Amino acid sequence: MTLMQKFLGAAAAIALSAGASLAEPALIFDLGGKFDKSFNEAAFNGAKRWAEETGGKFLEIELQSEAQREQALRRFAEAGANPVITTGFAFATPVEAVAPDYPDTKFVNIDGWMPEVPPNVQLIGFQEHQGSYLVGMLAAMASKSGTVGFIGGMDIPLIRHFGCGYAQGVKAVNPDMKIVANMTGTTPAAWNDPVKGSELTKAQISQGADVIYAAAGGTGVGVLQTAADEDILSIGVDSNQNYLHPGKVLTSMLKRVDVAVYNSMMAGADLETGGFTTLGLAEEGVGWAYDEYNAPLITDEMKAAVDDARAKIISGELEVVSYYANDSCPAYDF
Amino acid sequence: MDFLTIIQVLDSTVRLATPLLLACLAGLYSERAGIFDIGLEGKMLAAAFFSAAVAYATGSVWLGLLAGIASSLVLSIIHGLASITFRGNQLISGVAINFLAAGITVLVAQDWFQQGGRTPSLPREARFNPIDLPLSETVADVPILGPIYSELISGHSILVYIAVLAVPLTWWVLYRTRFGLRLRAVGENPAAVDTAGVSVIGLRYAAVMICGVLCGIAGAYLATALQAGFVKDMTAGRGFIALAALIFAKWRPWYALWSTLLFGFLQAIALRYQNIELGNFVIPVQFMDVLPYILTVVILAGFVGRAIPPRAGGEPYVKER
Repeated sequence: MTLMQKFLGAAAAIALSAGASLAEPALIFDLGGKFDKSFNEAAFNGAKRWAEETGGKFLEIELQSEAQREQALRRFAEAGANPVITTGFAFATPVEAVAPDYPDTKFVNIDGWMPEVPPNVQLIGFQEHQGSYLVGMLAAMASKSGTVGFIGGMDIPLIRHFGCGYAQGVKAVNPDMKIVANMTGTTPAAWNDPVKGSELTKAQISQGADVIYAAAGGTGVGVLQTAADEDILSIGVDSNQNYLHPGKVLTSMLKRVDVAVYNSMMAGADLETGGFTTLGLAEEGVGWAYDEYNAPLITDEMKAAVDDARAKIISGELEVVSYYANDSCPAYDF
Repeated sequence: MDFLTIIQVLDSTVRLATPLLLACLAGLYSERAGIFDIGLEGKMLAAAFFSAAVAYATGSVWLGLLAGIASSLVLSIIHGLASITFRGNQLISGVAINFLAAGITVLVAQDWFQQGGRTPSLPREARFNPIDLPLSETVADVPILGPIYSELISGHSILVYIAVLAVPLTWWVLYRTRFGLRLRAVGENPAAVDTAGVSVIGLRYAAVMICGVLCGIAGAYLATALQAGFVKDMTAGRGFIALAALIFAKWRPWYALWSTLLFGFLQAIALRYQNIELGNFVIPVQFMDVLPYILTVVILAGFVGRAIPPRAGGEPYVKER
């Protein structure tokens, strides 16, 4: 009973604070959960940075089920939150449906895609294939066995997009490299199954992989853990995960969701909407993590090669093919 | 597919089947005594969290295991109270336990560790590590049998061996002891047991408690042996697959071993090969994932023998009307 009272109290507190001050930004986390050490946590870190710098407050909710998407959007829009920021591709459809009902509220969706963007919606995408290309190069250079692995979360085009960039980076270093790729599953549960992540890692190790890139949300925790246990290297994703297993995580493919959230909150109600923003290497939207935890693993030679490739991609000299371009990958057949 | 690959897939099978086997045996005790239990998932989840949390806090994985079993027992007692003492609907009580466990684990984890509903990673000393059976190094070079012994049989955590030993033990308890006979009778015809002067309530509570202990071991295995810590919803439906395995096994201990090994094998195959090509016909990985459920439906439909559940299952025992 006291627990119930706490819940009711918390709900009431949220409702009150929502009504009290207008135009606070709102952030809706996707099913992976706010502390997934990855994508959603990056969004939270961006919001936290904004709150610390401006002293402002933001509303937030962590979704528990698919059914809550539209409900959460309407709640925040009606509470006067502006802008309402959503993380994850799965929000595109609900945002598209809800946005026309609240023309004065601005919506932001990270990772989503819609055929026609309503005037009060801004979509933010990342050139994940470019960042993945760079970590793919690092993986190929760090591998001694000639085989590298890729473990995706849910099997969706976005994750293939990650894998495709990675495969191209690997092949760019050595066209004879073998790539083993697995997807964890085909339902959202695939983002939160570390046990399966561990088994996939073991299966890939037994196929010879000695560097494994996990683009799998919470499932990646199991991948990184098993890789560290079995003494091979892993590559983290979205947030910088190098610190999780110092000396065992080769690098992390950074997707600066925090920057996207921070910038959107900074712009506040003046946010430009009605189109797509794409953040790539040039905009520092993606990149690879280099810090004290993985410095011993990265030789000067590797760093030079990756920096060179980065400059070439930015200048347009080198083009990383996007999986979205024609739903297929030149370097790996998913 | 070479010999080593087969060994590796079977090795993976053992790891994946162990939590299923423990949960399946847990369900077997409970259902044989006439108490349906769809709360296996929730009990495993609670045990996974508390075993990881206590193992982290104390540095002792054995204390963690005890805490996991204790938390699972608490949920068992709730299930027992609701469905035995208060004669409530056993399915609803089970569903409630699943929801309770899913919520309470994340809530408590956030309160204790502030890491977003997970426990910190366990150090190596606070986990069940693989144990090498005697002579596994020396016989590893023997052809065929060497790898089977050193790779497949040796090198699992102690909980795996406990799970396997639980199968003959369960068979012995159910079919060779007085307690087992009464337990089975209580699931078939509680009135007859009552007439014989044996407490139906006591027996059913005993069964539900044994179920709690086994679920506790299963959860601890997930969080402290397979993984190094708890992550929200980490059981990922394994409690339900265990229930399917229980039906597939027709509520018998040895069959439970084979059915969970089969389901574990299907998962291991699905993990190892994304799509299986047979000539020009491709079996998608999704098919492998649903196969346990399809097989269960086939069994229930009566195509391969008949699966007859305990007759008094799901019904609270009422002495006087």
